[in-house]
Amino acid sequence: MARNIIQKIWDEHVVVSKEGFPDVFAIDLHLIHEVTSPQAFEMLREKGLKFHASDRAVATVDHNVSTAVNRKIATDAGSQKQIMTLRKNCEEFGVKLIDMDSGRQGIVHVIGPELGLTQPGITVVCGDSHTSTHGAFGALAFGIGTTEVGHVMATGCLLQEKPKTMKVNFIGKIGECVTAKDLILKLISQIGVAGARGHVIEYTGEVVRKMSMDERMTICNMSIECGARAGLIAPDEVTFEYLKGRECAPKGEKWAQALQYWSSLVSDVDAEYDNVVEVNVDEMAPMVTWGFNPGQGIEVSEVIPENADVQALDYVRLEAGQKIEGVPVNYVFIGSCTNARLSDLREAARIFKGRKVADGVIVYVVPGSESVREAAIKEGLDKVFTDAGADFRNPGCSMCLAMNEDKVPEGKRCASTSNRNFVGRQGKGAITHLMSPIMAAAAAVTGKITDVRKLI
Amino acid sequence: MREIIKSKIIPLPREDIDTDLIIPADFLTTTSKKGLGEHVFARLRMMESNFPFNLAKYREAKILVAGKNFGCGSSREHAAWALRDWGIEVVIAPSFADIFFNNAMKNGILPIILDEKIVSEIFAKEDCEIEVNVAAQKVILPNGEVFNFEIDSYRKECLLKDMDDLAYLVSQMSEIKSFDKRHSKNIFFDTKVL
Repeated sequence: MARNIIQKIWDEHVVVSKEGFPDVFAIDLHLIHEVTSPQAFEMLREKGLKFHASDRAVATVDHNVSTAVNRKIATDAGSQKQIMTLRKNCEEFGVKLIDMDSGRQGIVHVIGPELGLTQPGITVVCGDSHTSTHGAFGALAFGIGTTEVGHVMATGCLLQEKPKTMKVNFIGKIGECVTAKDLILKLISQIGVAGARGHVIEYTGEVVRKMSMDERMTICNMSIECGARAGLIAPDEVTFEYLKGRECAPKGEKWAQALQYWSSLVSDVDAEYDNVVEVNVDEMAPMVTWGFNPGQGIEVSEVIPENADVQALDYVRLEAGQKIEGVPVNYVFIGSCTNARLSDLREAARIFKGRKVADGVIVYVVPGSESVREAAIKEGLDKVFTDAGADFRNPGCSMCLAMNEDKVPEGKRCASTSNRNFVGRQGKGAITHLMSPIMAAAAAVTGKITDVRKLI
Repeated sequence: MREIIKSKIIPLPREDIDTDLIIPADFLTTTSKKGLGEHVFARLRMMESNFPFNLAKYREAKILVAGKNFGCGSSREHAAWALRDWGIEVVIAPSFADIFFNNAMKNGILPIILDEKIVSEIFAKEDCEIEVNVAAQKVILPNGEVFNFEIDSYRKECLLKDMDDLAYLVSQMSEIKSFDKRHSKNIFFDTKVL
C-alpha cells in the first residue's frame, strides 16, 4: 500500500503493537535541556532505573541561561540550580552535555541540526514543543512532557497512538522580503491555532523545495502553533548537502549507506493523507501578528479584521479596522529557535547596515548558538548590529519566553522573530508582534511596524 | 484518581487557553513538581480581579470547564502540575491540545471532551455542581441530564490505578532491546564524537 513519509517513519519505529495498549514507539534521538528534565532524572533515581541509551541523548542549557556578553550561568537562584542540576545529572547518567562557553552551546533546536545530530528518518523528542523544528530534515520530531522525558530516559521508548497525517502544500511564487516565517504565519492564520490538532504535517510545494535548511527549520518549528503534533519536509539534496561533513554526521562508507536509506524517505506518489491543505502564497506580503495568538496574523498591508477577538484587541491595545503598519514598537527581539540561525542574522543585517535603531527602541539580537555567534562575528555582522545601536548578545532562548532576565516590560510592545505572542509570554503585560527577522529589523530602524519592502 | 468526582465547576469560558497562561515561564525555574498551584493562571489573576481563580466561591472546585483547544502551546508539564496542585481533577472542554491532553492524564487529571453545545449549557448554569463518574464515563448535570464521554480503556485504567506508562514499557524491555539491535542500521548519527 502507498504510504506517505510520515507513515513510513512511523512504521519503522513501532516496537510492539498490542491490542488494548498504545504502541511502544522507539525514540532515536533524545534532546534534553535544563527546565523540563530535573524531575525526570529524579524519577530514574527514585525508581532505581538506568538511562537506557545515553549515547542517543544530548543535553544543553538554553532556556534560562544569561545572554549577557560577559555572562555567568544565570542571574536568579532557581535557574542557577536548574543548570547545576543538569550538569550533575548528565555526569551521573553519562549524557553528553553541551555546556555554556564550550563553543557549541545554544538553543537545543539550533544545535541539534548544527552538530549534524538531526538526520532524516529518525525520531526525535525533547521536553519542548518546538522540537518539531527537526522535522526540516525529514525526521519525526515532537515535544513531550517531563513524565514522558523520563520514559524515554528509562526505556528509549514512548507509548504513542498513531497520529493522523496532513499535507500542507504551498503554491505560488514568493517575492522579495517574503520569507519562510511569512509562509508559516500565513498557514497558521489560515487554519487557526488548532487547525492541525492530532496531525503530523508534511510540507510540500516548489517554494519549500527551493528553501535552505535554515528556512525549512523555521517552517517546521512553528508546526505546533497550528496544533500539529509535528511537521516535516522530505529530505533531498539540500538536506544531504547541509549534513555532509557535520560533526555527528556519518563519514566514508557510512555516508553512502545513509544516503541510500535517506533517499528512500519520500511519500509514495499515490500516498494518501487524512487531510490536505493548500496555501496560496503567490505575491503575498510579509506577515505580522496583531493579537495574542499566532493564528491572529495578517499581511503587513492589511488592517486588523473587523471581527477581531475583543479580548485580544483589549490586551494588545489596538482596534479593529486599524492598519497594522505604523504601530510603534518599543522593543525588537531577533532570536529564538524559530529565527536565530546565521541566515536570519544576515537578513536582519541587510536592513541594519548603514542605518540606526530608532530613538528609544531597544534591540536584542540573540544568536541561536555559540557557533552562529562566532560565524556572525567572522562576517562582521556583530559590527553591523552594534553600529546600528542594537545589542548583540550570547545565545539562549532569551526574550522568546522571558525565563531569564531578558524581558519586555509591562505595557511595552515588541516586534519579535519568536514563535508565540501569548499573553505575558515575553514578560508580564508585554505585547508581542510576530514577524520575520528582516521585518523585525525594519521595525527597529523605523520605530514602528513597517513593510520592509519600502526600505530595500 | 477517584472514581467519582462531585464538585462545583470553575468556569473559564475562553478559547485557546495556552499553557503560558496556565503557568507563566517565570515559575518554571523549579526542580520539583510541587508548589505550583499558587501560581496557576498568575497573569490572568493579576489582570482580572474577578477571574474565577481569584474568587473564594470557586476555591474548592475540582472540575474546570473551559473553551475549545484548552492547553495549547508549550509542552510544559508544569501546567498540569499547577492545576493538580491547585486541586483540579477534571477539565471539561470541547477539545484539547495534544501535549496537554497527554500530560494531564499522566498527572491524575481527566480531560473530558464534550460537545461545544453541552459545554455552553454547563457555562449557562452558574455555580452548578456536577458529577463525573470516571468508571462509567458519564458527566451528570444537576438536573439529571447525563452525557457520556470517551476515554481510551488503557488510559482509564492508568488513571484509576494511579499508574503511568512506565510499568508497561519496562515490561516490554526484551522486545525493546531486540528492536534496538535490528533498528541500529538506520541510525547514522554519532554522539561519541562530541
